[in-house]
Amino acid sequence: MEPFSFSNILNHWNSEYIQEIYNRVDEDKVLLALDKDTLSIEDLIALLSLKALPFLEKMAQKANRLTRWHFGRTISLYAPIYLSNLCASDCVYCYFASHSGIREKRVTLTEEQIRSECNELNKRGIQTVLLLTGDAPKIVPVDYISQAVHIAKEYFKSVSVEVYSMDEEHYAQLAKDGTEGVTLYMETYDKDIYDKVHLSGKKKDYLYRLNALERAGRAGIRRLTCGVLLGLSDWHLDIVWLALHAKYLEKMCWQSVISLSFPRLKHTPSRFKVPHLVSLQELVQIITAMRLFLPYSPFNLSTRESAEVRDHLIPLGITSMSAGSSTRPGGYKVYQESTPTQRPVLEQFEIDDQRTVEEVVSAIKNKGYDPVWVDFDPGFIKSL
Amino acid sequence: MEETNSTYLYNDPLIIAGRKFKSRILIGTGKFPSAEALRKTIKASGTEIVTVALRRVDLKKPENDSILSVLNPKEVLILPNTSGARTAEEALKLARIARAAGLEPWVKLELTPEPRYLLPDPIETLKAAELLIKDGFIVLPYIQADPILAKKLEELGTATVMPLGAPIGSNKGLKTKEFIKIIIEQSNIPVVVDAGLGAPSHAAEAMEIGADAVLVNTALADAQDHEKMAMAFRLSTEAGRLAFRAGLGPQRDTAEASSPLTGFLFNSNSNNKS
Repeated sequence: MEPFSFSNILNHWNSEYIQEIYNRVDEDKVLLALDKDTLSIEDLIALLSLKALPFLEKMAQKANRLTRWHFGRTISLYAPIYLSNLCASDCVYCYFASHSGIREKRVTLTEEQIRSECNELNKRGIQTVLLLTGDAPKIVPVDYISQAVHIAKEYFKSVSVEVYSMDEEHYAQLAKDGTEGVTLYMETYDKDIYDKVHLSGKKKDYLYRLNALERAGRAGIRRLTCGVLLGLSDWHLDIVWLALHAKYLEKMCWQSVISLSFPRLKHTPSRFKVPHLVSLQELVQIITAMRLFLPYSPFNLSTRESAEVRDHLIPLGITSMSAGSSTRPGGYKVYQESTPTQRPVLEQFEIDDQRTVEEVVSAIKNKGYDPVWVDFDPGFIKSL
Repeated sequence: MEETNSTYLYNDPLIIAGRKFKSRILIGTGKFPSAEALRKTIKASGTEIVTVALRRVDLKKPENDSILSVLNPKEVLILPNTSGARTAEEALKLARIARAAGLEPWVKLELTPEPRYLLPDPIETLKAAELLIKDGFIVLPYIQADPILAKKLEELGTATVMPLGAPIGSNKGLKTKEFIKIIIEQSNIPVVVDAGLGAPSHAAEAMEIGADAVLVNTALADAQDHEKMAMAFRLSTEAGRLAFRAGLGPQRDTAEASSPLTGFLFNSNSNNKS
């Protein structure tokens, strides 16, 4: 193993070590952290601790100010396109999992169907998309994803992917195709829990997934999005590890934007109950503390949250949102109107924010923010 | 002198690449909450040069674009910037797209390979300036406050240099003041202080030390009252300029002295006839 690797950093910042820091937090440490421009991991832990709760409003005010400085009053909009819901891994919390017990239809979109979906989203004004698949590299190979990127680029200014973890050479291929970003959640950095919730499949390989974003960055992908599935484990630890990962990626892939997502696990298949449900107050504490720690990082909010919650979270540090999403392959057009005789196509999770793109746009404007459709960074220029 | 404030400023234009501007404040268009806020800012600031990020605007449908729709090319020079580019070649491509879309061949050269502090890459910037100038562009490069780089760019033929006061969006003011002073002292082309100016007093300070103009974005975009803040920056920029002209700044005026006292010593020896 390399001497300087993220897994070595994780070994150093093990749960006992982090817990000791939590135990030492007092009000003074929270206030000190709130005052700083550049926060250490210890400062972040102070802000994530229970001792910080009385100062949540102060944290929110500062998070709002820092976000405005770096991003202005703007929110970038994107939409996910699910290419396939086939999956060869068995992750207990996911409806796509190979053994989720769900009987709904499994499909992989054809080229024509991808075009139809792109066309529909285009009509709705979307210019930035995220292409998604399950974890099935043999049935939905890299070449298929690469082709989908090429198709999507005919319709959109910016195309990113959220797919299975792959080798560096495959990421290089996607970078060459003009893929702007790779989103890959570690789900949880807790090795034991990771092992328990990923029953089988390639995704079970913890280290291969842990190092995937770094491989993507090395391969020239210029936007790396990391995150944990909030609810799988104790977030007090996972968020610290996520922060360490973001910092590590900043140093190793200094030309890449490191962006973060904060998906809260809410709806799960019946075989799995969310073990560490995260409250809205906790989500606010997480987002604001992370904003203070990473003032310049884009933060995404998915359609997993309700319309009301999403609107409240906008000024707290969020810089990009999905809008009018469907988590079902073909959900915008191809399989949108299914006849009663057909089995419905399986979606990855239930969308809470059911608003159309237009409705999300007007909600953003009502908050005093400007919706941004295009911020095509490097992928665009590369493909000129 | 009987001149009023405004006629004095009128007689003291900012000249970039032979073109005259009354206003010495350039405005960046990112980060505004709405087209209306941007429109008010442009009007109240009196700006005549507005820079837009090509990666953010839709050149094909300017009427639908929340930034381009408020810019009237008859009133302001639209200065496309190359933000998003990481190499000289990418910057050239972007500039050519803007020119092909009908914008004037002016370009604010921004090469910021690191996405967090958005600091300019001096090596690629120098390369890009050369490519762009050869291609017929008028180039205004965003640079670190590096006096040597500024001279090298001037020698290549850039129209200005635009050194940063502090990292973009930091509102920290003239953190690089000592180096900007040297750049101003040594420069034969306009020096526009770009990035980091978070308050009208920062703009005044830059103008007082002899900067030719300032570029402001975040401080204006983030204002509660866009009109008032734009006006404040306009007044402070003008105030700083007047103070500099009045003799506060020591460096620049000496080179422009109209009646040299020792000229007679060199009457027969004239290398510089221009």
